[in-house]
Amino acid sequence: MPDTAMPILDVKGLETVFRTRGGDVHAVNSVDFHLRPGELLGVVGESGSGKSVTMMSLLRLLPSPPAEMRNGTVMFDGQDLLKISPEELRQVRGSRIGFIFQDPMTSLNPVYTVGFQLAEPLRAHLGMSKAEARARSVELLRLVGIPDPEQRLKDYPHQFSGGMRQRVMIAIALACDPKVLIADEPTTALDVTIQAQIIELVKDLRQKLGMAIIWITHDLGVIAGIADRVMVMYAGQVVEEGPVNEIFRDPQHPYTQALLKTVPAVRGPRAEKLQVIEGQPPIMHEAPDACSFRNRCKFAFDRCAEENPALAPVHMPGHRAACFLLDKASTKEPEAVHG
Amino acid sequence: MADVQPGTEAKAQAPLVKVRDLKMYFPIHSGLFRTHTGNIKAVDGISFDIMPGETLGLVGESGCGKSTVGRAILRLYDLTGGTVEINGFEIAHVDRDSLRSKRPMMQMIFQDPQASLNPRMTVASIIGEPLDEHMKLTANERLARIYELMDWVGLNREFAKRYPHEFSGGQRQRIGIARALALNPKFIVCDEPIAALDVSIQAQVVNLLEELQNRLNLTYLFISHDLSMVRHIADRVAVMYLGRIVEIASREKLFAEPLHPYTQALLSAVPEPDPESERNRRPIVLQGDVPSPANPPKGCNFSTRCPKVMDVCRQIEPGVYDFGEGRQVACHLYSESMTTTAEPTAGERTN
Ligand SMILES: Nc1ncnc2c1ncn2[C@@H]1O[C@H](COP(=O)(O)OP(=O)(O)OP(=O)(O)O)[C@@H](O)[C@H]1O
Ligand SMILES: Nc1ncnc2c1ncn2[C@@H]1O[C@H](COP(=O)(O)OP(=O)(O)OP(=O)(O)O)[C@@H](O)[C@H]1O
Ligand code: SF4
Ligand SMILES: [Mg+2]
Ligand SMILES: [Mg+2]
Repeated sequence: MPDTAMPILDVKGLETVFRTRGGDVHAVNSVDFHLRPGELLGVVGESGSGKSVTMMSLLRLLPSPPAEMRNGTVMFDGQDLLKISPEELRQVRGSRIGFIFQDPMTSLNPVYTVGFQLAEPLRAHLGMSKAEARARSVELLRLVGIPDPEQRLKDYPHQFSGGMRQRVMIAIALACDPKVLIADEPTTALDVTIQAQIIELVKDLRQKLGMAIIWITHDLGVIAGIADRVMVMYAGQVVEEGPVNEIFRDPQHPYTQALLKTVPAVRGPRAEKLQVIEGQPPIMHEAPDACSFRNRCKFAFDRCAEENPALAPVHMPGHRAACFLLDKASTKEPEAVHG
Repeated sequence: MADVQPGTEAKAQAPLVKVRDLKMYFPIHSGLFRTHTGNIKAVDGISFDIMPGETLGLVGESGCGKSTVGRAILRLYDLTGGTVEINGFEIAHVDRDSLRSKRPMMQMIFQDPQASLNPRMTVASIIGEPLDEHMKLTANERLARIYELMDWVGLNREFAKRYPHEFSGGQRQRIGIARALALNPKFIVCDEPIAALDVSIQAQVVNLLEELQNRLNLTYLFISHDLSMVRHIADRVAVMYLGRIVEIASREKLFAEPLHPYTQALLSAVPEPDPESERNRRPIVLQGDVPSPANPPKGCNFSTRCPKVMDVCRQIEPGVYDFGEGRQVACHLYSESMTTTAEPTAGERTN
């Protein structure tokens, strides 16, 4: 897809704070990103880096308190999702933006049949009759590769295996033919052989339906295989963003560089010793006023403790990173040390 | 990289762990009177050796019986059948008392560092607990040992008085490792020791396990569903499917040229963090789901999903074919070229 196409989703300056008894947690700090029609944006970053909270924030799914949305605009189809009425928002959620969330609480409801859970959004959002919704539900289950769909509508979630439940979740998210699908760790709990089935399914559905997808995962291999663009998060901020090939071939942020080295390979040469990122990510009690990665960064220098680097373009178009090293002329780490 | 060099006669070494025809069934009770109506055949006749100082990786789909194997060979269950020998002692059928005296030499590290540590105990008392149970130490000796263990796993001694919730996941896993090392074990079952940890922290813990192995000459059974990590840490790898080992081989052989159709599918399904090779990778996508271990298929356990299934596979259980150098495969595809084997051979030593 052309890099110049108008984004379908454009997020700017998103900021979310949790106010808890243990103190504030600045979970999302001035996050900017966009999604173009038909593209797949992969989101990576370690646990607690704000991937889920970012997506929940833009759909206004976080209960307040404790969540406080302090700033930001989320432009979708010409509307700011943070400003529209709750009624308009409900129309967007679940019909024009589909989502599959990581949190099992928000996934399938154990007390309703799968057929009911598929038909519900179709009737509520698209005003379908019972018969129409049923026909469409059968079609959706068939689309995601569930054998015998007419029969399976009557079944409850526990009667499906883990991989099949994930297919059902995808079917529900796709029910109203959304323009955007947000999938938060949709395969993390599955075995690799089942993950491979789901990934093939999603690739196939993209071809057929052409929606744009945001896919959150901590698995860099999955991202490499399906993403067009990648966004790397650290401590509630986007630290790097760019086309998938460049992120893997020529990462610019020291965190991205280190992250790519910690993963051993299943094919190709085998490293004798694993590279590690020493230390822990920060506890985000305050809004960052310095680089959040500096305590773990091999290249940190004075300035990194004084200001917070902004996401800025690096040599190639569409590739951005937030690191002061990039202001200096030579930015690249010396050749990787093996062994 | 250690290829076997022809001519250099490897000294025949006795395995530290020797498992033969291990079976672990869980009874299913149903109906009003909870009558015994069947068995979950979680582990259904598996055999392998682990040499001293070696790491055997154990991989396979969720529910295939990996944890049950680990727990059974440490005699955390009463076995349905088979024998287990650790360091020359038969432990599968001994009574509780003689088992207790063997406990120190075999330990376990668990997946969830949070759930496996008592939240109301300090780090020092968690690590010290096995010392109190099995050794008679003075207060000073005990503390010295706790500090030594904390040093080994890279925990600051100042943390001794803290509680588990005050630590990160990676640090909690270090506490679990220190505790497992307290009694100078020879053999440690690591059951998904890094699965609950973040990618950047996983490498720290794996490196620590490797360092400790070299320093203390430990032998590991490393259970994991992360094939790239298993390739990193294991000398040999056993692949399980529905309660059976379908293939066992040295790490090099298994990853370079998997022979069992399930191993082939499993390895082909692992995505690689490299967009260019990913674009051309065509995984073998298996159809359907894993059958229930309460009702395994007739013949080969993999026959319901195998892309290379033949008629014989649905009728007769495949034999175990020996390819030499510790490589064995249970699949009818090799029935013509190979002869069956009774004894699992220990693998070539790879380091
Ligand atoms: N309800 C809440 N109350 C307080 N803090 C919260 C809450 N939900 C999330 N957080 C905090 O917000 C931060 C970002 O969390 P988030 O769930 O977005 O991380 P993530 O990147 O999705 O991690 P993971 O990979 O583990 O899913 C974390 O520090 C988390 O502890
Ligand atoms: N105590 C038990 N009672 C009854 N069934 C059990 C028991 N423990 C395990 N099982 C069953 O035995 C089979 C093997 O389980 P096991 O936990 O060994 O699998 P696993 O390979 O470790 O899976 P995972 O990768 O999910 O940890 C499963 O079907 C499981 O449900
Ligand atoms: S024995 Fe048959 S079904 Fe089983 S793995 Fe081999 S080819 Fe496939
Ligand atoms: Mg999350
Ligand atoms: Mg297990």
